[in-house]
Amino acid sequence: MKLEVRVQEADFDIAAEYSALRNRAGGGLGAVATFIGLVRDRHDGDLVSTLYLEHYPGMTERSIEAIATKAAARWPLQDVLVIHRVGALGGAEQIVYVQVASGHRDAAFAGAAFIMDYLKTDAVFWKREDRNSGSRWIESTREDLLRRRNWDADPKQQ
Amino acid sequence: MTVRVLFFASLKEAVGCESLSIDLPEQLELSAFIDRLAEQLGAHAHQALTSESVRVAVNQELRNGPQVISDGDEVAFLPPVTGG
Repeated sequence: MKLEVRVQEADFDIAAEYSALRNRAGGGLGAVATFIGLVRDRHDGDLVSTLYLEHYPGMTERSIEAIATKAAARWPLQDVLVIHRVGALGGAEQIVYVQVASGHRDAAFAGAAFIMDYLKTDAVFWKREDRNSGSRWIESTREDLLRRRNWDADPKQQ
Repeated sequence: MTVRVLFFASLKEAVGCESLSIDLPEQLELSAFIDRLAEQLGAHAHQALTSESVRVAVNQELRNGPQVISDGDEVAFLPPVTGG
């Protein structure tokens, strides 16, 4: 599997990333699943002016690589790219890109969902929401942890 | 011996700095190391750093079980993470 992880302040261009994948990939590719996460500008009805993301250079990249490697052990993934932004982001900005290529759609869909679920609970990032009512650091939700646990509990889930 | 210490996110705010270097006369077990840090940072820092939700990474590896802090180590205090 080819794996690339980028943690960056700059925005990303999904058309360019998909095009680069098509150019480097061999003939065995049959499916590409992509996920783009955007910054929500509301939380519990409160307006969020800025989402600020902090990371631990080195450890953060390795935590994402570990997640992708875990996904590749479960499904035959050929090419995985994860781009995660850090710094100050405004509402509706792109925050995360997951691009998973495989021979068949089942593996591509499942791999992308698995990676996103684990990013919520295991990737080394911290998020602070600056709302009109004040700032607060947010954590994984109960639902996030449950989704991750479901993958752990059912290793055969495809 | 010198140890570099990093604090992230809410812990950075709680202890009032993002990194520091600390000189120690000898290797210390992690809990003794945190006691030593708190002498410098205050009692509120001790409480924040020993919270159950805080994980400690030594040289970017999460700590499992007892840990001795040695010369040149990078010790990071990590509040609960979330990405995506």
